[in-house]
Amino acid sequence: MSSIAIKGVKKAYAKNAVVHGVDLEIATGEFIVILGPSGCGKSTLLRMIAGLEDISGGEIWIDGKLVNKMEPRARGCAMVFQNYALYPHMTVAENIGYALKVAGVPKAERMKRVAATAKVVGLEAFLDRRPAALSGGQRQRVAMGRAIVREPKVFLFDEPLSNLDAKLRVAMRAEIRRLHRRLGATSVFVTHDQTEAMTLGDRLVVMNGGRIEQVGTPAEVYNRPATRFVANFVGSPSMNLMEGSIDRHGVFVYDEQRRIPLPGAIDARLVGHKVTLGVRAEAARLVAAGTPGSLPATVDFIEELGAGRVVHTDFDGLSFAVALSDPAAFETGDTVGVMIDPADVHLFSAESGARINALAQLPPVPVAS
Amino acid sequence: MEKRATFSSTTIGLLFAAPMLVLIFVFFYWPSGQALYWAFTLEQPWGGGNTWVGLQNFRQLLMDPYYWGAISRSMVFGLGATSIAMGVALLLALFTDREMRGHKAYRSIFIWPYAIAAPALGLAFRFILAPEAGFLSLINQIWPGLWNPALDGTDAMIAVIVAFSWKYIGYNFIFFLSALQSIPRSLIEAAAMDGSGPMRRMWDIQLPLLTPTLFFLLVINITESFQDSFGIVDIMTQGGPARATELMVYKIYFDGFKGLDYSGAAAQSIILMGLVVLLTIVQFRFVERRVHYK
Ligand SMILES: Nc1ncnc2c1ncn2[C@@H]1O[C@H](COP(=O)(O)OP(=O)(O)OP(=O)(O)O)[C@@H](O)[C@H]1O
Ligand SMILES: [Mg+2]
Repeated sequence: MSSIAIKGVKKAYAKNAVVHGVDLEIATGEFIVILGPSGCGKSTLLRMIAGLEDISGGEIWIDGKLVNKMEPRARGCAMVFQNYALYPHMTVAENIGYALKVAGVPKAERMKRVAATAKVVGLEAFLDRRPAALSGGQRQRVAMGRAIVREPKVFLFDEPLSNLDAKLRVAMRAEIRRLHRRLGATSVFVTHDQTEAMTLGDRLVVMNGGRIEQVGTPAEVYNRPATRFVANFVGSPSMNLMEGSIDRHGVFVYDEQRRIPLPGAIDARLVGHKVTLGVRAEAARLVAAGTPGSLPATVDFIEELGAGRVVHTDFDGLSFAVALSDPAAFETGDTVGVMIDPADVHLFSAESGARINALAQLPPVPVAS
Repeated sequence: MEKRATFSSTTIGLLFAAPMLVLIFVFFYWPSGQALYWAFTLEQPWGGGNTWVGLQNFRQLLMDPYYWGAISRSMVFGLGATSIAMGVALLLALFTDREMRGHKAYRSIFIWPYAIAAPALGLAFRFILAPEAGFLSLINQIWPGLWNPALDGTDAMIAVIVAFSWKYIGYNFIFFLSALQSIPRSLIEAAAMDGSGPMRRMWDIQLPLLTPTLFFLLVINITESFQDSFGIVDIMTQGGPARATELMVYKIYFDGFKGLDYSGAAAQSIILMGLVVLLTIVQFRFVERRVHYK
């Protein structure tokens, strides 16, 4: 078991920089999820921790040891690959036991540990099969088994569930969680699936374009997104964002008909500045058209989700989603009012995208880190 | 839908196929048929017709100790050349794969030797390995008489094996390298994560995944060593000294064209052809049954 410290880590391929100075502290036994869109450098960061990719700048410490120049095998990490990377010419038992064989563990003990691991991942019946004769979910379990059999200090997962169907993914998610509770090894899990991220992680690391946008618990990231990017990326449907400005009375103005009063005192320097206002679909309500304080909108289409539904409305060209738990009493084309509670709004600087926390305290143009 | 031209009459189709059919017939079926015919008949050297003799040519051959000598020398040659050509190529490919991922140029460079005709190659190696002036003349200056393929049978065999191997190393290398590069990188990385060092990974992951290629090349190399060795032997040693390098294919030529024993030579060709056909069948059988991992 061990902690990981990442200090100003950079990665460039030839001249092309893909990770721009990442700082992150991971505590012993923590389950960290790195979340971000495709191509943002998640895998690259993970592979640098694993030792599969050279580090162009900065330092990575595992267990208090600088590992920048260490071979993968010296770092004590186990990794589950997205495509599983099972050895096609070995049986399930040989796949799981390979690391032990390399480590020189005697055969009898090896067999015992492989059998115990197979039990944990539910593969006892398949030990003699080759990977080609397994289903996707079973292969995934072999990959997991191969990682846990060594009792590693650190688990690294690179989108291990993305090749599974939706149902299996949910089941494997629960299993990974259970496994982590049992083994307690420090885990870094890369994904671009936010549901996976929210349900698995002790803490989330949201990445974009080779930088970290926010680090925090799932609740923090959801409730207080640090940047406009995080607000938009985390949550489904994604947060409604409106560009507008703040007037003298501390009212957010989107257009003539759509104004939202903001809570708290307004810093005089903010008046007239461009800001982005965000509202979660769950925080907005639909009311009859013309209700005082509501924003006029037309119903665009309704997304039925079973337990609830998302009504997509239109603000003269800007799409705005409202999540309802009751059956919708509206149809496409209806004019409605959208009600927003001022306490539920998030403000972001229009220039930098950084969150504006307390209007009264921040300088006019907050600078993103 | 795929667009494809269709011909209403089979005549037009046959006409298009005709040039190829003629080529195959003239250069393959006709000579093979002739050889088959000669193998079962006896022809007078100065003409005068053939007489049917059944299996007599074969019986005579199989009782001839010189023929058995040629067979065993072909085996020595085939095994020696194949193991050198494949072994060296495999080593080169393994190290190239490790160091030069993504580079393409060396592929074409390594295939060049394969494009050189056997006689030209033989000529080059005759100079290279010449005891008086070649690269190895240095050895002879230190230990006089140690290397002399013109007098020493073993030296001569080594010389032809080396020349033949040189040609096939490049060929094998290309196959090994592309097989190695088609092994998913993540497998190697997974093995690295499992604690396996570079040598261990070669042994545990890369070599097992190369077995289909290994087997394919083994058959090709042995087959070619039976057939493609003629030019090299003819230019370098002419089967000598004292038949030390008289391989099966060279003996066919020698008995047929020098000894004018058409019938004996034809019977030898049939035997050689049978051997090659057998190897090919074994290969297809094996390749078909082979467990393909994906
Ligand atoms: N070997 C390489 N050479 C050059 N650029 C690379 C290389 N590998 C990755 N990149 C670039 O680095 C960036 C980050 O890649 P990375 O694989 O880390 O993305 P990711 O966040 O894991 O995305 P995904 O969710 O699609 O897996 C990408 O823009 C990619 O094009
Ligand atoms: Mg990735």
